[in-house]
Amino acid sequence: MDWLIRPDTTGEKLTLMVLAILLFVVVMGLILFGVDRIKRLPVWVVALGFLGPTLLFLTFGLLYPGLRTIRDSFYTNSGDAFVGFDNYVKAFTEDQFQIVLRNTLLWVVLVPLAATFIGLVYAVMVDRTRFESFAKTLIFLPMAISLVGASIIWKFVYEYRPDQGNIQQIGLANQVLVWLGLPPQQFLLNQPWNTLFLIAVMVWIQAGFAMTVLSAAIKAIPDDIVEAARLDGLGGAKMFRFITVPSIRPALVVVLTTIAMATLKVFDIVRTMTGGNFGTSVVAYEYYTQSFRAQNPAFGAALAVLLFVLVIPIVVYNVRQLRLSEEIR
Amino acid sequence: MTVIPPTNLVDETEADTRAARPARKMSRAEKRAMAVKGKLSSPWASGIAIVIAVLWTVPTFGLFVTSFRPRAEIRSSGWWTLPWNPELTLENYQEALFGSSTSLATYFLNSLVITLPAVLIPISLALLAAYAFAWIDFRGRNLLFVGVFALQVVPIQVTLVPLLSQYVSWGLAGSFWVVWLSHSIFALPLAIYLLHNFMKDIPPSLVEAARVDGAGHVKIFFQVLLPLLTPAIASFAIFQFLWVWNDLLVALVFAGGTPDVAPLTVRVAELAGTRGSQWHLLSAGAFIAMIVPLIVFLALQRYFVRGLLGGAVKG
Amino acid sequence: MNGLRKRRGYTAAAAAGAGLVLVLTACSGSDDDGGSGDGASSTTDCTAYEDYGDLSGKTISVYTSIVDPESQQQIDSYAPFEECTGAKIEYEGSREFEAQLPVRLQAGNPPDIAYIPQPGFLKSIVEQYPDVVVPAPQAVIDNANEYYTEGWVNYGTVDGTLYATPLGANVKSFVWYSPTAFEENGYEIPTTWDDLIALTDQIREDHPDVQPWCAGIESGDATGWPATDWLEDVVLRTAGADVYDQWVNHEIPFNDPQILEALGTVGSILKDSERVNGGWGDVTSIATTPWNEAAQPIPDGACFLHRAANFYQANWDESLKVAEDGDVYAFYLPGKTEDDKPLLGGGEFVTAFADRPEVQAFQAYLSSPEWANKKAEVTGQGWLSANNGLDPALLQSPIDKLSFDLLTDDSYTFRFDGSDQMPGAVGADAFWKQMTAWIAENQSDEETLDNIEAAWPQ
Repeated sequence: MDWLIRPDTTGEKLTLMVLAILLFVVVMGLILFGVDRIKRLPVWVVALGFLGPTLLFLTFGLLYPGLRTIRDSFYTNSGDAFVGFDNYVKAFTEDQFQIVLRNTLLWVVLVPLAATFIGLVYAVMVDRTRFESFAKTLIFLPMAISLVGASIIWKFVYEYRPDQGNIQQIGLANQVLVWLGLPPQQFLLNQPWNTLFLIAVMVWIQAGFAMTVLSAAIKAIPDDIVEAARLDGLGGAKMFRFITVPSIRPALVVVLTTIAMATLKVFDIVRTMTGGNFGTSVVAYEYYTQSFRAQNPAFGAALAVLLFVLVIPIVVYNVRQLRLSEEIR
Repeated sequence: MTVIPPTNLVDETEADTRAARPARKMSRAEKRAMAVKGKLSSPWASGIAIVIAVLWTVPTFGLFVTSFRPRAEIRSSGWWTLPWNPELTLENYQEALFGSSTSLATYFLNSLVITLPAVLIPISLALLAAYAFAWIDFRGRNLLFVGVFALQVVPIQVTLVPLLSQYVSWGLAGSFWVVWLSHSIFALPLAIYLLHNFMKDIPPSLVEAARVDGAGHVKIFFQVLLPLLTPAIASFAIFQFLWVWNDLLVALVFAGGTPDVAPLTVRVAELAGTRGSQWHLLSAGAFIAMIVPLIVFLALQRYFVRGLLGGAVKG
Repeated sequence: MNGLRKRRGYTAAAAAGAGLVLVLTACSGSDDDGGSGDGASSTTDCTAYEDYGDLSGKTISVYTSIVDPESQQQIDSYAPFEECTGAKIEYEGSREFEAQLPVRLQAGNPPDIAYIPQPGFLKSIVEQYPDVVVPAPQAVIDNANEYYTEGWVNYGTVDGTLYATPLGANVKSFVWYSPTAFEENGYEIPTTWDDLIALTDQIREDHPDVQPWCAGIESGDATGWPATDWLEDVVLRTAGADVYDQWVNHEIPFNDPQILEALGTVGSILKDSERVNGGWGDVTSIATTPWNEAAQPIPDGACFLHRAANFYQANWDESLKVAEDGDVYAFYLPGKTEDDKPLLGGGEFVTAFADRPEVQAFQAYLSSPEWANKKAEVTGQGWLSANNGLDPALLQSPIDKLSFDLLTDDSYTFRFDGSDQMPGAVGADAFWKQMTAWIAENQSDEETLDNIEAAWPQ
């Protein structure tokens, strides 16, 4: 039965895959069947039937490692001596860290806003036009590319060649500058603008996500509301402002939140494009280098905990939204 | 997530709005006519849309053209000069595809074997959990939901050592099993968060009606909610598919990079990551990796176009 | 951790070439009735492998930073061992090697053998996981002492115990140039540092539009490592090998005045807009120029000199001939005087995490001349070893031969790449980053060295 662990042939791999799915279905089926058949179960048992496996997975795979990280951040690298807040003090007293923190805040504010705004505007523009599905595919395209792939694409766009002799630009961005009669720029080098050029990449990727979710939301706005507003003489930008945006508010919150969470964790873009140099580093990337390259796991853990802290405002905001929607219901 | 009407505009309860709708239901043609009339000032709208579309496609297109250009050309002139020196080659793809001893088909198969369960399992679990959070009234529900939601921020890197140690002691490290399990774990918080949002927008009247008929939670879940959520599930499935398909880290750590289990991304990373800026291989590799996600997106795209909640919610 | 990136030198071009050579040898091998050297050493002669015993059915897992296409050459070089002993080698290369090896060790999932490109990394692994790393067995110790110089053995030794033997080697003290351009302009290969500077000025005078040197230190998340090599090479020349050793082992502070002087010397080239960055732009463009493309302007005449290791050869266009009488070639980066010949280089070290007999046998094989010769044979170009049992006739590219000659020439004082010996927080982080800031942000010499010193783990 070795192939259950290490399948070799195509057939074995596919069989194993089907088997895994079946196994999952059977286990979940049994749980739900039990919950359904046994009458008069207390509510929490029913809830446990639905939630149990999930909670087990999450506790084992995320909660425990998360807590362990918090613990590690208060210890030395070898993990045997308690050092209190030393790792945090180190993080905040390092010169470069102010920049890292500033960049992270820029990312987490700008990426969700810009990506959502562009996605929303685009979704409204192409809604119910003849080319809708083609137009959407174009914007969605970057989603299909991995983060590293996208970074490579943009690094190519930002490529710089000096303005001398007969050397030609090979990066589009600089070629456009040259066409406009401007000197080529070192997009990834010149602070503080380089951070914005990196952020543009993440916006480019996430706008597709925002666009698809928001577009679906726009389609769900009841026609009678739109029609009533139109009868009242609303049109164009006003319609967008007073009808579309308020109607899809919950979807907007979801999109903003999801993108913000993803942005906090992203480090591949910085890693691929600048390697954290030229004042472009973010907390997630610093965490990665410290933990895995500089062999500074405790310091890395402290940085990870900072990420947890940064997410608190987002959590609080969502809790408020949750309350709000409960009230409506 | 979208049927909650803006409170400042519509004072009636949801049920009223809904009840009123069938009377005003319009034909497709009417809707379209209305839509055209009501467009934002059209030339501007089209203009902005075109600018965005161009910005979003040109970089990818540039890399696509680049992937067919000879190595020396890539380095000395921009891809937009193609019309003046139309020299194209398939050599880059040749090298990217066949430059390795293991056939690319093996990696494709591994990617497939990894991806399918890693999409199906977390979505099923997340649907059940989202249902519990939205429609089962138990104590501590909101607290638990917020907790699950907040777990989104735990970076995957934090979990590598604890999880791998456990997998090793189970004797499962380096197998597909732990890759599936890990992907499922990492996908759950976001999946639950998103699906919960779709789920709670289902009109309570529908659930109530079923409950009055004596249906239990399991029955309501399968018979009332699932059919309504099909587009939302399909949409999330696309996202999850993309994340798993494009994942490198999880596969690398838990499966290891041996050709027995390594997915396509491991192979492409060897191309993309190791060559610094050898654009000719990078570009070809990137496109090889993109093909499947694009096909999946195009195949499932109609669900996005239809709206994330099924027909019953919206007329 | 720059070994990984540095090794990336052997990539596409060499790979394509090497792959071709491989196919050709394979074909000719079968056509020639097995009369070629290839057939003889790999299929018939198993006598050298008898000591390893019968290892049929045994598997040895190898984890390395060497990825495709070089990995294929590695795998091919194990063929005689697998054939004669019956053991199977399970090879896994990953560019995330440095990050993932500690994860695997910590999780209790070590490979049988890993090729560690940095002595500093080896040391920290021995310190952190003393129960997991296995000291070299006697057969390996014997091989090490017989075929490697003391210096190389020492790089694999931690606290008096030999853990790892060298695998491949590279030489970094080279300046790439165009022999044709030198001939046209009547330039001579400089033999002292002063000659080199004089040549630089001469070039600038003859070609006012051109900066003589080109350089690039961009390497993704390892950006900066070529600049650390620059500094190390110059420290060896201005301060000498003894100071270099003290500096690397932190017996003198990182920002010692002698190091400051060396950095100033590096800056006299790398931060002088009259001297850099030929074909690429101003000084700051060094920071964004990919290291593996930096010398491309040389054949175009937009740049004349580029300091880089022997493995840069893989990055030249296939149409260029890499030879002393070809389109591009490299000369030894001269010392202060003609007799002062420091040599900077690097390599990987075979480290074992299991003491099963088959693992020890494979370790012994990797430290033997049989393996080194087989590897040279299957590689084509772009590989060499410090193993003195290596037959130079098997090295197929002129630059590999030259590197091997320098490595085995006693008049050259060899020193291992310093950043690879320093703790990770310095050698794979602060050193790279600060050198990058030194160039990109015009950070002062003092501040640069002070910042690196501050990052040294207490």
